[in-house]
Amino acid sequence: MLKIDNLHAKIGNKEILKGLNLSVNAGEVHAIMGPNGSGKSTLANVLAGRNGYEVTKGSVEYEGNDLLELAPEERAWAGVFLAFQYPVEIPGVNNVYLLKAAVNAVRKYRGEPELDAVEFLGLIKEKMKIVKMKEDLLNRSVNEGFSGGEKKRNEIFQMSVLEPKLAILDETDSGLDIDALKIVSEGVNSLRNEERSIILVTHYQRLLDYIKPDHVHVLSNGKIIKSGGPELALELEEKGYDWIKEEAA
Amino acid sequence: MTTDIQNYISDFDQLKNDDWLAESRQSALNLFKETGFPNSRLENWKYTDVRPIKKKSFSNVTETTVSVSTEEINEVRFDGLDCIEVVFINGVFSKEHSSLEGLDKGLDVENMLDALANDKDLLAKHLTKYADDKVSPFTALNTAFIQNGTFINVSANTVIEKPINILYLAKDSNGSLATHPRNLIVLGENSEATVIESYIGLDDANYFTNAVTEVALSPNAILKHYKIQQESLNAYHIGNLNVMQGKDSKLESHSISLGGALVRNDIHGQLAAEGAEIVMNGLYMTGDKQHVDNHTRVDHLKPRTLSTENYRGVLNGKSRAVFNGKVIVHKDAQKIEAHQNNANLLLSDDAEIDTKPELEIYADDVKCTHGATVGQLDQNMLFYLRSRAIDEETARSLLTYAFADELISNISFAPIRNRLERLVIGQLPDAALIREFTNE
Repeated sequence: MLKIDNLHAKIGNKEILKGLNLSVNAGEVHAIMGPNGSGKSTLANVLAGRNGYEVTKGSVEYEGNDLLELAPEERAWAGVFLAFQYPVEIPGVNNVYLLKAAVNAVRKYRGEPELDAVEFLGLIKEKMKIVKMKEDLLNRSVNEGFSGGEKKRNEIFQMSVLEPKLAILDETDSGLDIDALKIVSEGVNSLRNEERSIILVTHYQRLLDYIKPDHVHVLSNGKIIKSGGPELALELEEKGYDWIKEEAA
Repeated sequence: MTTDIQNYISDFDQLKNDDWLAESRQSALNLFKETGFPNSRLENWKYTDVRPIKKKSFSNVTETTVSVSTEEINEVRFDGLDCIEVVFINGVFSKEHSSLEGLDKGLDVENMLDALANDKDLLAKHLTKYADDKVSPFTALNTAFIQNGTFINVSANTVIEKPINILYLAKDSNGSLATHPRNLIVLGENSEATVIESYIGLDDANYFTNAVTEVALSPNAILKHYKIQQESLNAYHIGNLNVMQGKDSKLESHSISLGGALVRNDIHGQLAAEGAEIVMNGLYMTGDKQHVDNHTRVDHLKPRTLSTENYRGVLNGKSRAVFNGKVIVHKDAQKIEAHQNNANLLLSDDAEIDTKPELEIYADDVKCTHGATVGQLDQNMLFYLRSRAIDEETARSLLTYAFADELISNISFAPIRNRLERLVIGQLPDAALIREFTNE
């Protein structure tokens, strides 16, 4: 599904990713953990195509194609979804309109007929239950006046409606209380299937109590320095990041 | 005396000027002869060069030979809006297209020429009393040519539910025309009305509209005033709204500027009694080489008066816009509140905005805020939309629309709001896409 090879990326003159390798197969859940400043969010943003990041070396292959060649919207059409660490408030753009336009843009790309208003409403009614999304939030402007937890829930809600092939969740657990964390995790778990890959970018092990990853990677100083199974996350929780850094050095 | 105003002087001499207003017209013309057109050395005209108007020898019409069909007018009418309509074609009142029959009790709507003959006492009390010929040469020029225009009088304790829709329509005729519409709106105590002034070019003619509107609000009166400027892109438009407000009266002004090659909108509000409130909302959208200047001035003359101003601009191409908002808090006008904001979105590197809030405060117990912003589309918002499968062009249009719509969405009267939203969308690239986005 996704193959990242020797990826180097910088912001301005600052090199953040320094030779990152990662392979993700269909149906797998990968957790990428690491201390602040290790390059976790940069990786998520480079994969989604945000401006301001320059890839200087290496490649990213998605379903056999060069992902880095694609504009952000083309990536979304092809099934890549980024759940933002800081979801953006967009006054004046209605949540539901955005979702409908998004769903139909993806359907159009896939050569499927666009959903009419009734079909679309049926779809979102069903998906709202998954993340216990309140109806009045739906009809507001995108994320405007939402609490931190509501914003994160809205991200997972959008993800469930768009049904991506590759979902990248950037620090989705940050700023969530335990109840919200459970709801969000349940939402993510309900989307797990054999065709869908998920990359969880997180600082804390806490999220992994609720979403069990198949693989855990430790990112430090722009590289993956250790990979393992779920047990690696527990070890990190217990011992912190320093021992791996030393081990890798 | 300068020669570039010769056409105005000779046209004035042709004018029928034998009624009770003759002296006022003549002294206004004399004033205009002395000053001529303003130049950019004057602080008030620093950013707006009116030489294109000065250079052109417009002829000042008082009658028209151009005919406009009902179908043409329907195009620019509010769909299905039940309203009282006053229609002018190239500055001249069209009885045929207006609907002034069967007006509610307590409401009078007339062409200015008729009102001058029929309502002398009321007009003598108000006309030329709030727009100062000395402040702008254009106002003096308008006063000299007072003929056509709309007179609205609402009696005390009368609420007029139907909006009064004034259409100033311009259509190409032989030669370039100058028109000087003069409006007077008088609201009695505890009365309420909604007035829409639209200035619309039906084709791409070159002409000059020089409009002045005077408003007198008695205690507790409420006026909702909309000005929609959609002149031809080759036209010049100078518009002046002057308001005198009594105790606890309220003016809600919405000024939407979309058309015109060279445009200047002035609003002057005088809060002359306690509790008077003025709200000024404005939106200007410019492209190509358009130049749109909005000047507003509010005088807080008495304590406990309130002014709120919110103007937004969307600039594209090589266009230029000016915003100057002046608030003067006079001595002893304590416990007033004045809030002002101007936000601008620059969509092109070649567009230019000059924005200048001005506060002059001579009282010590007041609450005033002002702010101005100039920016491009928010990159984070743009990326967010694109990551949600919205293509870049649509995302840009959508964010531009959302920026402009923050003003329009506040308009409480749905037919006007919907019409304005459609007009704003029509100004955007990818209008069809945005319409799809917002309609369902």
